[in-house]
Amino acid sequence: MSEQASTRGAAAPSGPLGPEQTYLGHLQDGDWRIPRCRGCGKAVFYPRTACLVCGAQEFDWVAPSGLGTIYSTTVMRRPVQAGGDLNLCLVDLDEGVRMMSRVEDVDPAVPRIGDRVRAEVRRAGEQNLVVFTLEAAR
Amino acid sequence: MNANTLRGAAAVVGVGQAGMGDATGYTEMEILAQAAVRAVADAGLRMSDIDGLCTCSASATMWAMPVAEYLGIRPSFIDSTMLGGSSFVAHLLPAIQALQAGECNAVLVCYGSTQRSGTVNRAAVGKMRQVLDPQPYETPYEPMQPISAYALAAARHMAQYGTTREQLAEVAVAARAWARLNPEAWSRGPLSIQDVLDARMVCDPLTVRDCCLLTDGAGAFVLVRSDRARDLPHKPAYVLGSATAVWHRQISSMEDLTVTAAAESGPRAMRMAGVTPADVDLLCLYDAFTINTLLFLEDLGFCPKGEGGRFVEGGAIAPGGRLAVNTNGGGLSFGHPGMYGVFLVIEAVRQLRGEAGERQQRAEVALVHGNGATLSSQSTAILGSEAAL
Repeated sequence: MSEQASTRGAAAPSGPLGPEQTYLGHLQDGDWRIPRCRGCGKAVFYPRTACLVCGAQEFDWVAPSGLGTIYSTTVMRRPVQAGGDLNLCLVDLDEGVRMMSRVEDVDPAVPRIGDRVRAEVRRAGEQNLVVFTLEAAR
Repeated sequence: MNANTLRGAAAVVGVGQAGMGDATGYTEMEILAQAAVRAVADAGLRMSDIDGLCTCSASATMWAMPVAEYLGIRPSFIDSTMLGGSSFVAHLLPAIQALQAGECNAVLVCYGSTQRSGTVNRAAVGKMRQVLDPQPYETPYEPMQPISAYALAAARHMAQYGTTREQLAEVAVAARAWARLNPEAWSRGPLSIQDVLDARMVCDPLTVRDCCLLTDGAGAFVLVRSDRARDLPHKPAYVLGSATAVWHRQISSMEDLTVTAAAESGPRAMRMAGVTPADVDLLCLYDAFTINTLLFLEDLGFCPKGEGGRFVEGGAIAPGGRLAVNTNGGGLSFGHPGMYGVFLVIEAVRQLRGEAGERQQRAEVALVHGNGATLSSQSTAILGSEAAL
């Protein structure tokens, strides 16, 4: 794990990085990767120091397929001055892990539980963020 | 010391509240101390008799020390475990273990918050929390916590089981109907299902009336060993069972948004108490949001999984319904000062004593269930009268 992290790019600090900085470092480079356990092959999310399934501590940082299914979704009703209504969802990635995210490019109330979605890394203020778009019209 | 030797080994013998609703002009510590003094006096004890302390705060990490200092006590047993709103239910088991082990003789469990009237800048506190308690895989998506987590759970329950917004609203309407029987409740105006549905949407599918109140308030209770409890002024509320479970912290790490760790804490507490749901006369469930009540009725075994919505229909948990739930009006209508757990215990004790006025139920066994953070910590306790021992 630290091996991959330390060769991640010129901008990276020297020396080993923990899973959180490794993840966020990739993401800041526009490269979304999640840890896959070398012991059992399962994806682990969020990134941790040891696999939750088998306990192994070595990971490969792999690019997910980007495809997933909405497990639950809501609309946060916010005043316009606070940014307006915003979608918030939980997505089950095809790799078998769940993450919080949001669906963009549609009215925040349109996404439904069970909808197929596709990930994209987008700029949100100072940071890169994994967001999703609806995969196909229902 | 196994669970059986602890069943009924200790009892709640004093309860007190202070600053309920709006405590303008008072600090959190001041109303906590007022509630503590009332609980100790209610127990027929003096503050100098208190040698065990359970307390925690949503902001102060070393809270047990300023509380002990303020009250002028030197506790030999301290539990300041912070599990969010369930904490003061979760404090029961360690407290009765300490009493039974002879580490102390009288435990004070106490909490207070002035989140309504206080001058603390909540937005600034929110920002500070992101630094002190980072959640880097959720925070970038700007969740409005805790409500967003409960909204996601409600949406999932609706999709998976056909639960309706009207059924969620039933929970708020029942809570209000109970609150109308409780002069201490904060919200006592009439409330209909349509009112709940028409209220301002906060986080779909939850409107502001699906959400608990934001009030001030402090609560305290005192525990002693049962042999001593019988010599004190009030009818003891015996602790028959108690168990706590934690399965996650963040909502994105909750395996199934329709099943909480109450499915573990409930059966464990009931096993210790030797009761089944059929034996329970009264429930005090942590209703931070309307979905909570449905989830806990299911997870604690009062109806099958997925049936919570249908179970509460037609006023089934309102006054005169088939099951008495949250007779004080709950977090939805009685009051919710940040963390509500201590008030669940207080209401159960008042009911078991027969001191609940207009809302009094015939209750020998009460189930108390606390919830913390984003459906994260779950703590169940079974309290009973002398007849239930």
